[in-house]
Amino acid sequence: VCTHRVRSCSSIRVIKSKYVCVFDKSALKFTHQQRLFRTSAVSCGQIVQFKLSDIGEGITEVTVKEWYIKEGDSVSQFDSICEVQSDKASVTITSRYDGIIRKLHYSIDDIAFVGKPLVDIEIDASKGVASEEDVVETPPMSHEEHTHQEIKGHKTLATPAVRRLAMENNIKLSEVVGTGKDNRILKEDILNYLAKQTGAILPPSPKAEIVSPLPKSETVPAAPKDTARKIPVPVSRPIVFSGKDKTEPVTGFQKAMVKTMSAALKIPHFGYCDEIDLTQLVQLREELKPLAEIRGVKLSLMPFFIKAASLGLLQYPILNASLDENCQNVTYKASHNIGVAMDTEQGLIVPNVKNVQVCSVFDIAAELNRLQSLGSAGQLGTSDLTGGTFTLSNIGTIGGTYAKPVILPPEVAIGALGKIQVVPRFNRKGEVCKAQIMNVSWSADHRIIDGATVARFSNLWKSYVENPASMLLDLK
Amino acid sequence: MVLQPSLKNCLRLSCILRTPKAGFRSTACGALIIQSVSNDVYQNLAVEDWIHDHMDLEKRQVLFLWRNSPAVVIGRHQNPWQECNLRLLRQKNIKLARRRSGGGTVYHDLGNINLTFFTTRKKYERMENLKLVVKALKALRPQLDIHVTDRYDILLDRHYKISGTAAKLGGTSAYHHCTLLCNADKFVLSSVLKSPYKGLKSNATPSVPASVKNLFEEDPSLTSEVLLDAIAKEYATQHQIDHHITLINPADETLLPGINNKTKELQTWEWVYGKTPKFSVSTCLNMAYKDSVLDIKVNMDVKRGRIEVCNIDLPEQWLPPALYSKLVKSLTGSKFCPNETTALVTTLLRVCPQDDELHSRWNLLCENMITLM
Repeated sequence: VCTHRVRSCSSIRVIKSKYVCVFDKSALKFTHQQRLFRTSAVSCGQIVQFKLSDIGEGITEVTVKEWYIKEGDSVSQFDSICEVQSDKASVTITSRYDGIIRKLHYSIDDIAFVGKPLVDIEIDASKGVASEEDVVETPPMSHEEHTHQEIKGHKTLATPAVRRLAMENNIKLSEVVGTGKDNRILKEDILNYLAKQTGAILPPSPKAEIVSPLPKSETVPAAPKDTARKIPVPVSRPIVFSGKDKTEPVTGFQKAMVKTMSAALKIPHFGYCDEIDLTQLVQLREELKPLAEIRGVKLSLMPFFIKAASLGLLQYPILNASLDENCQNVTYKASHNIGVAMDTEQGLIVPNVKNVQVCSVFDIAAELNRLQSLGSAGQLGTSDLTGGTFTLSNIGTIGGTYAKPVILPPEVAIGALGKIQVVPRFNRKGEVCKAQIMNVSWSADHRIIDGATVARFSNLWKSYVENPASMLLDLK
Repeated sequence: MVLQPSLKNCLRLSCILRTPKAGFRSTACGALIIQSVSNDVYQNLAVEDWIHDHMDLEKRQVLFLWRNSPAVVIGRHQNPWQECNLRLLRQKNIKLARRRSGGGTVYHDLGNINLTFFTTRKKYERMENLKLVVKALKALRPQLDIHVTDRYDILLDRHYKISGTAAKLGGTSAYHHCTLLCNADKFVLSSVLKSPYKGLKSNATPSVPASVKNLFEEDPSLTSEVLLDAIAKEYATQHQIDHHITLINPADETLLPGINNKTKELQTWEWVYGKTPKFSVSTCLNMAYKDSVLDIKVNMDVKRGRIEVCNIDLPEQWLPPALYSKLVKSLTGSKFCPNETTALVTTLLRVCPQDDELHSRWNLLCENMITLM
């Protein structure tokens, strides 16, 4: 039985009229009477001073390093309250009670003393105080059984919230596999149990199933594991979903993307799509790949697409231009700094290959290798990420056919390349043959670029890419 | 699949781990020695977490042996910017991990062995564990001059640190782990553990630098394998169990349910950097611009790894005020991370006035700011 000090100091804002010092199970019987106290405006739960327990090794003081809760938060038994440190040992202090945190006795970096109060917890009077041991309850619906939750001398550990959840769904705690600490039954365990019963689709539990050590022939096959593929069966029992919405502020890079995309939306986009036959280019790449490898460079199809785009921009320089803020002047950029959209952990990054107009396909391939390895290591520099004049996005590596790419200001055009599919097509003789087809989707700033220009640029790019030998004529 | 809740995880672990061996007796009581087959620092730290959270150490204690490929491991409450050269780590592809125990920063590579002693909280006793290690080493080479200090370090020849200690205590269980330098790369160690970042002020736990030496230098026959075996033997003797080391794979979800989630969590930015106690950066950037050098005072407060407050003392009109304010507003709330900041400032540039001079100033300032991270 815990002792309990009656508070009289003025530092506490909440003034209590009376404390009830009842801590054994008989307290539960008095719940009705205790409810009378709850009519006052101020909450009448009991405030318990949770003291810092012994750390061992004769340590008397520790430094408070992190609070996991703040005043006003509700805690369950075994929730982490704070982290303290003493002489290279980091200690997690867990709550012994269910209730609401009413006072933190220390701030971060304060010295806390063993045996002195750490936090004040207000215990919900109606629930009663959790005793030192876990409360052992009988299963909710079984009248015929007198089974306590003591199975083979083992107590079932579960917080009151979890017990309530089990009770509401008529589940026997003895049948639920606990995956928490000391085999504690958690909310997820109840939900998993429910999922097996009803075949309903629930988000997969983060804790994998515990494998039985018994040989497979002895175990009874459980409900089908591929619950994801099963059609949900209408359920008579109410399923309790305990997921919570999570709100996060938009910061950093994400915030910058919001600004950029909002600006991009102001640009009237003209879209133009086409189908490209890559059969010849794919073959050419296969031939050149080993040569590039000897030189230490991985060759994909992108360098060809990029070079072809640059050749096209030489003929249609308006696509490599920039419109000023007031739409007063168009600047035709001399350099073709072609950006390649990259998907990284943070999101969409667009490093660019500088001066493609004077680069060979091999040069472009080598530069792409460099940018890709820096990109995946998260080490791209500012010069790699600025100065772009035109962008290509190879979304096809992830999937998709046609897309509606968004122009990245201050550029005026962008192309999205879909995935390559092998499909049947008619050749010149009228025979059906295998063709490697990819779709391209262009978007251009319709304020300064008209549809015909985009179409002609696309046709030119298409002719280079479909017939790579023709690029040789125009390479500078 | 329904399992009796009374079956403790540790028993299950022993059932699966038990390898057939001639004359092998049941070790269902006393202690267990396990060794990780992985050299991934995050996986190995996750195993520690798993044992701490799920194993019943009342019936048996555990000794866990592990080694990592190059990594810097900081203590729970430390500041990585203060403790190591993050730029060098990124360049050399050396991992950075934050462990859950307290203490200071260490460098791990395959020439360093890690020992974790798992017990209940009541049986937590660091001195005993270190004495065990010393006893094992002395049994191997009686002439070794090694002793344990009151700071729980092990010193060689009275002067060189060969082992550092840290500990973690939870609800019912505790662990004490320590390193042991067998044949680590001292050159890399000293260069990565030197922080180039200036002007940092924080209450994070500081590391205490020490001169180190490898046991290999004292006696070339002392390899990691030899030392691991000696320590396991001593542990087995003291706990009256078979000298048998059980190998475990930290990626085995069947054996250690939930381990992959723990491994993932240890790798998140939020854990490694976000758990840094609040700190401030107060320094001066020396920017060479055209023919002059500008001294720019920078003050930043970083909380949970994110920039809470940012002040850059630029010469008047060097950047248009609107642009400066845009930069500062965007940096506020953003991660104190070079990668994030690079992506952020280059993206912002897209919606700034298109002026070459302006762009070069912006890039110069941002590049310098990024060197602080």
